[in-house]
Amino acid sequence: MEVIDTGQKVYSRSESLTKVTTHYCPGCTHGVAHRIIAEVLDEMKIREKTIGVAPVGCSVFAYNYFNCDFVEAAHGRAPAMATGIKRVLPSRIVFTYQGDGDLASIGMAEIMHAAARGENLTVIFINNAIYGMTGGQMAPTTLPGQRTTSSPSGRDIEQTGYPIKMAELISVMDGTSYSVRRSLHDPNNIRKSKKAVRMAFEVQKRELGFAMVELLSSCPTNWGFSASESLEWIEHNMLPVFPIGDYKNIEPVKNIKY
Amino acid sequence: MARELLKGNIAIAEAAVRAGLEAYFGYPITPQTELLEWMSHRMPELGRAFLQAESEVAAINMVYGAACTGARVMSSSSSPGISLMMEGLSYIAGTELPVVLVDVVRGGPGLGNIAPSQGDYNQIVHGGGHGDYFNIVLAPSSVQEAIDLTVLAFDLAEQYRSIVIVMADGNIGQMMEPAELPPMRSIKKVYPEWAVRGAESREKRILSSIYMNPEDEEITNLRLLERWRIVQRNEIRHKDYFLDDAEIIVIGYGTAGRIAYSAVRAARAEGIPAGLFRPVTLSPFPGGVIGNLTDRASAFLVIEMNTGQMLDDVKMYVNGKVPVEFYGRLGGVVPFPDEILAEIRRVSIGQISPDGDPRAGWIERLKKTVNRTGEGI
Repeated sequence: MEVIDTGQKVYSRSESLTKVTTHYCPGCTHGVAHRIIAEVLDEMKIREKTIGVAPVGCSVFAYNYFNCDFVEAAHGRAPAMATGIKRVLPSRIVFTYQGDGDLASIGMAEIMHAAARGENLTVIFINNAIYGMTGGQMAPTTLPGQRTTSSPSGRDIEQTGYPIKMAELISVMDGTSYSVRRSLHDPNNIRKSKKAVRMAFEVQKRELGFAMVELLSSCPTNWGFSASESLEWIEHNMLPVFPIGDYKNIEPVKNIKY
Repeated sequence: MARELLKGNIAIAEAAVRAGLEAYFGYPITPQTELLEWMSHRMPELGRAFLQAESEVAAINMVYGAACTGARVMSSSSSPGISLMMEGLSYIAGTELPVVLVDVVRGGPGLGNIAPSQGDYNQIVHGGGHGDYFNIVLAPSSVQEAIDLTVLAFDLAEQYRSIVIVMADGNIGQMMEPAELPPMRSIKKVYPEWAVRGAESREKRILSSIYMNPEDEEITNLRLLERWRIVQRNEIRHKDYFLDDAEIIVIGYGTAGRIAYSAVRAARAEGIPAGLFRPVTLSPFPGGVIGNLTDRASAFLVIEMNTGQMLDDVKMYVNGKVPVEFYGRLGGVVPFPDEILAEIRRVSIGQISPDGDPRAGWIERLKKTVNRTGEGI
């Protein structure tokens, strides 16, 4: 392979990331999501006024990886905790980073009411259709027929119902200004994901209300696939159930220029 | 400040406002709701944060977040709502944050009723949430004391980075009596060195209750315990009435203590040498003081609006040196002074539970009082 040395540094650690090795499994897209958020904080120059709220789940240690103030919530309660912070410090940028078990199962009340209130929060929702931290159990976003350690014969919709589509659900709340779904399965979609994350922070900066970006993510370890197979699984299996799209994007948000 | 006629819940709310409260998060539940309602207009009018949460679970987690900023924050609820808050309280304890909570206790278990009770004693005094931690618990017996203890609660919470619970009951929350509010304190301008408020020109800060390494969690548990031992040394509070020459010492807190005071005065009018010991801090518990009273007491009589939850704590400190008798009303029923006076008379003529089980005789006597239908007991 030809090495091109232009003498220019083309890639470095974001200022908003700490010099810490993450605990994430090889091939997991949490790292990509972290990097996207950190780049946005850098580009918007808001690192020093940002407070993150970490969830319970695989990203429970997110507070170690971001170079900004952080708190660690109880399972599912990140939107409530973020609300408490934002109401006391409305001039700060407050975001939650939550997985599907945290946000769409145990924390359903907190996320829906934060959206209904139009809290000026940015929510990054990582949907990998499984409980990662506890070793691969069925999540509220697990696909019909998907095998997990608690749905060993595949998710039976007769018994356990259907995956919950959060970007769509959040979009119908009047307090929501921005609710979109993106995917992290290839470079093109990663770039689009970053644009959406940037927009979700721009919405908060302008005090336009509640903003959420759902990011389809991989879990090679618990899905039982290789890293590249996992990305293909997102494309072929998750996208038909969780279509990429802008589910809510109010006019003032559409008009945001940065 | 002049004395004015104030309802307990509103007096507590306004006392908190004047103590420099920056944010209130709560959820409606009887008999506490007036506290939330007062905050709903008072806090916005002062430019401070008020939010009615979607549940007590959310409310306490909003308190958790707001407390991370170093601000003075609080919530209030009543028994079933307090149960829901136990998750958040454990996290707050584990993160070592100052938080004030008011529990206007009602009859239980379950949905129970909305009448005054002290049935939450064990849940509040002996923990409630999971893990090793301690709450400071203050028990007012009047509207004035509720005001004073609410102000104290914020100072203690910050001094010890602790949860402080004002354990009132439906009676204290709902009744009106003359009381004096404290002067308005300004919102603090300096925030503690641990507060998470954005990492502007400083290193980032993290607030968390996670210690993945058991040795680190052990150190944290030890730190909380050592802090608690300082609280035990410095913050025990109680009110003593006629104890100088008392032989029968009645022990009661909150509304039960206040009613017992009337009974003790009536007993003394009859020439019975009775006195009252009223714990103000239920935690730290004034057990050592009670232990010292065994030198002069011939018997103790514990009065509660529950099945004898504090009774067990009293017995531990009395340690069998003198008899400990008990009288309680349950399920939201408030005892009358006459009932307690009858108990003082009984103890004064030496009718003591022979087997050292004060509940046995009490249950039989109470059955005669409450058995209206002859069924269901």
